[in-house]
Amino acid sequence: MSVTTEEVARIAALARLKVTQEELAAMVPELNGILAWVEQLGEVDVTGIAPMTAVIPNHLRLRADVVNADPLTGGGIRDAVLANAPAAEHGFFGVPKVIE
Amino acid sequence: MTELTELTLAGIRDGVAAGTFSATEVAEAFNTAVADAQEALNAFIVTTPEAALEAAKKVDADRAAGRPLGKLAGVPIGMKDLFATKGVQTTAASHMLEGFIPPYESTVSQKLWDAGAGMLGKLNLDQFAMGSSNETSHFGNVISPWRRPGETTPLAPGGSSGGSSAAIAARLCPAATGTDTGGSIRQPAAFTGISGIKPTYGRCSRWGIVAFASSLDQAGPMARTVRDCAIMLEAMAGFDPKDATSLDLPVPAWEAGLNPDLRGKKVGIPREYRIEGLNAEVAKSWDDGIAWLKDAGAEIVEISLPHTKFALPTYYIIAPAEASSNLARYDGVRYGLRDLPEGANLQEMYAATRAAGFGGEVKRRILIGTYVLSAGFYDAYYTQAQKVRALIAQDFLKAFEEVDVILTPTAPSTPFALGEKRADPVEMYLNDVFSVPASLAGLPAMSVPAGLASDGLPLGLHLIGKPFDEAGVLNAGLAIEARAGFHASPAKWW
Repeated sequence: MSVTTEEVARIAALARLKVTQEELAAMVPELNGILAWVEQLGEVDVTGIAPMTAVIPNHLRLRADVVNADPLTGGGIRDAVLANAPAAEHGFFGVPKVIE
Repeated sequence: MTELTELTLAGIRDGVAAGTFSATEVAEAFNTAVADAQEALNAFIVTTPEAALEAAKKVDADRAAGRPLGKLAGVPIGMKDLFATKGVQTTAASHMLEGFIPPYESTVSQKLWDAGAGMLGKLNLDQFAMGSSNETSHFGNVISPWRRPGETTPLAPGGSSGGSSAAIAARLCPAATGTDTGGSIRQPAAFTGISGIKPTYGRCSRWGIVAFASSLDQAGPMARTVRDCAIMLEAMAGFDPKDATSLDLPVPAWEAGLNPDLRGKKVGIPREYRIEGLNAEVAKSWDDGIAWLKDAGAEIVEISLPHTKFALPTYYIIAPAEASSNLARYDGVRYGLRDLPEGANLQEMYAATRAAGFGGEVKRRILIGTYVLSAGFYDAYYTQAQKVRALIAQDFLKAFEEVDVILTPTAPSTPFALGEKRADPVEMYLNDVFSVPASLAGLPAMSVPAGLASDGLPLGLHLIGKPFDEAGVLNAGLAIEARAGFHASPAKWW
């Protein structure tokens, strides 16, 4: 499979990446090179093989239902959470207007 | 007395404990080495000499007061800038996270500080750990301290942990953290004549490590000797409830268990790794490794890992897929860069922010990942890759019914020059041909120095072990280390 300029533009839009026409022109052959190379996976007979879900068998744990059991991942740290925000106002993350 | 910066991690730990020198003296010596080399090698993104001194003074005070010392007491280390460090800028070598000051400490780095280590600085790397040459950092290339004899051509220190490998080889730190997604500890270790181990997936907590491909990412130590790696891994590993894939297992006493006697052990040599056109010197060093392990008492067995050739294309579907998902968090809202063009709406802000914050290789992988996960292509690419990945893991499990450890070269060549492989992304990806299969199977794997090639540059040997058997990998590494007699270090030019 190979991709066209329009398809790369669509993928970039899905990935929320703004790309210029020049960047698009450069990316199309690069992505096609990579896609042509991974194409060989189609040769592998995978009949009856389940896709891997966990590389090392493990089970999903549930934590004890205790509020703030680990202060590192607990709550009540609004200001620390907002400290690295590019725009924080009134204790919230600031974003451009989303409602007309 | 030997210069303090020439000492191994074990030598520093023991010397501090015995009072031969103080932790403060050690920290000062390394702080000076770091500062002197920064301009030439660019191994660090930020240096933290005061943090190294503060940790050292605490160790000296503890020792004076007769308090027990930690496993790494008095050892200053470098921290790959992928680990969140409280109050110290953490960037993943990206513009996106430039200026990001974590309000928390990663589990692995916290464990290292708790063991008495001090931080010399945050080490440069490939941007978001994506690269094999350290050329994708927003903060400039790391330059390897190694040069070809009589040349000044800047060489790649490997990647993505290229700041770590360069700093250790140049004696700027005795040890450093690395992370390994497809070979990012092992390939740079091989390129700079040092050792590094990626433990079994889940041994080291991923909490607080900037995520690249979560099913593959694993932290590990890099240092000059196998013993040093064992000591540091003991301090880094351990169960962490904050990482859903953390292994709930006790941490073995890897250092105490070191034993280079391989009698009764079987070493597998996978025939599929003798790739067409394999570099003759790499093949020769592999043969040396086989002879050394035989000499250590091991039985050599030829094995087959039939799906080896599909490992790299599998990796370059799965890793970008996971990366595209993980990197979706960089949206210019909660932390990191924001690019808000005049009059832009929310969607336009996302796209502008991500265009400005990510480098070329990161964008390339996000696009590939988004494509292989998109409707209509998901099964053909991603599901197929996860099935092939299961087959690759099965190959290893079958081989390990017969052998205890597997020996291969670490990288297909000696270090290349910076810029040499930049034109074709696939050519750069091929550098991980020997390291990626073990990553896909979550297995412990290590690179140890094997010797110098005719171009005067280091070659590494690669050991792959059974799940949870870091000890078997370390012991085989120790047997090679004892016989390779590798004591070369780059001649100081910086």
